[in-house]
This record gives sequence, structure tokens and C-alpha cells, in this order.
Amino acid sequence: MKPIEIEKVQQALDSYSNKEVYIHLETTNGAYANHLDANAYTVGAYIRNAKVTYKQAKIIGDGNSYRVGLKMELGWIYAEGLTDWTIYQENQLLLAGHDREGRLMVALEVSETPFQQ
Amino acid sequence: MEKHVVVIFPHPDDEAFGAAGSVAKFRAEGVPVTYLCGTLGQMGRNMGNPTFANRESLPEIRKKELKRACETLDMELKMLGYRDKTIEFEDKQEVADHLRGYLEEIKPSLVITHYPGYAVHPDHNSLGAAAIQAVEDMNREERPKVWAQAFSNNHLEDLGNPDITNNVIDYFDKKLQTILSHDSQVAGMFGWYKQLDDLDEEVKKELIENQATERFYVWDFEKDSSK
Repeated sequence: MKPIEIEKVQQALDSYSNKEVYIHLETTNGAYANHLDANAYTVGAYIRNAKVTYKQAKIIGDGNSYRVGLKMELGWIYAEGLTDWTIYQENQLLLAGHDREGRLMVALEVSETPFQQ
Repeated sequence: MEKHVVVIFPHPDDEAFGAAGSVAKFRAEGVPVTYLCGTLGQMGRNMGNPTFANRESLPEIRKKELKRACETLDMELKMLGYRDKTIEFEDKQEVADHLRGYLEEIKPSLVITHYPGYAVHPDHNSLGAAAIQAVEDMNREERPKVWAQAFSNNHLEDLGNPDITNNVIDYFDKKLQTILSHDSQVAGMFGWYKQLDDLDEEVKKELIENQATERFYVWDFEKDSSK
């Protein structure tokens, strides 16, 4: 992946609006967070291949870290801390936030076809 | 001498960090070893450092790394096809039956797996429990021995000292090579494996000594519970 280029990502997000798309949304601080530091909490969540349609999308950020909000008929999809992007296999927009050691902390992905199970 | 050893862990790299030295030792003695690897570690957060994988390319990359690691150890590989982080939500008996199918075919004399409840990651705990269930479901006279690996912070307090302490310093190079096969995962808390030569001699020695000891508990089917 490469550092987010806001205009290109905005364009990609717009290209999926008002279409039925598949979403992968995830955040994690690793299965060992509490094992390695008793004061830390192990938390994580993901949803894979949620089928949604959004009518409006926006990416906002300061040049290092970005937020994305997708507005749907009945609610929102939100991700914070995104740093990198790529178009994978031509039709999948992958956005992710990595820490300084390259570990994924958050991911938001959009595709017109389901992600591999 | 063992007849055949089966290693049952959920993630590509569990075999490297946890048991590569012991596996190398068995192979040097001519004992066949088979790795039943539960998942492809699809949900791992390490993407290489600097990153070269992403969430979607990670499974294929880790599959290649796993194959390379097993070639390094000259260990047979069977991939079980579960999804990372989801083993505990599968039907335990179904997973146990799946594993028992392999065990009945391979007829190992020893199974190495994680100690349920004392192996930190939910996949470790649940696949370990299913593996022990699988052995428990076999005829008593056909059951292999089970070595269970524990490393949660409370394991010594609760379980006492491990029964088996394998010093694998003679096989450390092999273990290191196996670990480094998992290129996407050798970062974060394991990043030092890549910089061994840059380390202070004392620090290096201590790290190697730590990693060159692999410890296991011998499962006692009369006393221990996998439930």
C-alpha cells in the first residue's frame, strides 16, 4: 500500500456510491495486547462482506492520518486512523492505518464483488 | 524414539516460534513430522516491516511462507482450512472429529499442541482443546502422547513447571531460518530476529538462550480437562 492521496481516494470512494458494494471494516490492537501489557486491553472487531449501498462518501484528514465516513440510507460507516491505500485486483479499494512498525490498526475496504471468505 | 509426531497449531508461524527446534531435533533423528495448520493467519496485523502485505494479499503470502517454513524443517504440511480468529466459534466436536481423522490415518506416537486456557490466543486455546478432545475420543490403546504448550502469564503459577524442557540450541540456526521464513510476521515483538547480528553480544546470547528452550506439559488424560 502507499500513503493516502486524498483526491484519488475521494474519486475511488465516489465511484462506488449508489451501488451495492461489499465492505470489510476492521480494527485491532492485536490478540496479545493484554498478554504483553497487563494495563492494556485486547480489543478488536471486524465485519467482512457486509452488503451496503452508500449515497455519499468523504475522506478528511491532515496529511498523515485520515477519516472516512460513508452515509447510507439508514446509518453510517466510519473509520479513523487511515494512513495508506491501494486498489487491489482492479476493483477493490483498500484503506488501512498502520503503526510505525507496519502493523495494521484499522482497515476499511470497498468492493463491488465479495472479498475472499 | 517417536514413530511419528503431529504438530497441531492454528497459525502459520506458531510452529516456528513454539516448536521449530523440537521438530528439527525429531527430523535429525529420522522421525517423520506432520504439521496440521489450522488457518492461514488471515487476520494477522503484521504486514511486514516495512509493509509489503495488505489484508487481502496476506493469506496467499502467509501460505507461501508456511510452505517455505515446512520445507526448511522438512516437515509434512496439511492445511485445515479454518479462518483466523474463528476456531472458537466452530463446533468443537466437529473440529475434534476433523483432527481425529488425520490422527487415525497418521497414527502418531506424539501430538504437540497448545495447552487449552493457557495459550493466550483464542485460536490457540480452542484448537488445543479440540486436539486433546480428538485424542481423548480415540481408543485408549491407540492414543498418542500429548505435549501441550502453555505461555500465558499465569501458566507457571497454575500448572507448575513444564514436564518437558527441550534444549534446542544445537538446532537454533534451523529454528531461526524457520522463523525468518515467515517474513511478513517477523516484526513487532519478534523484530529482533532480523537484527541478531546488530545486537550486543550479551543481549544476543540471552535472547538466543531464551528461544532455544522449548517447554511442554505432558497431558494427563486422567487428571487434566480440556473442557
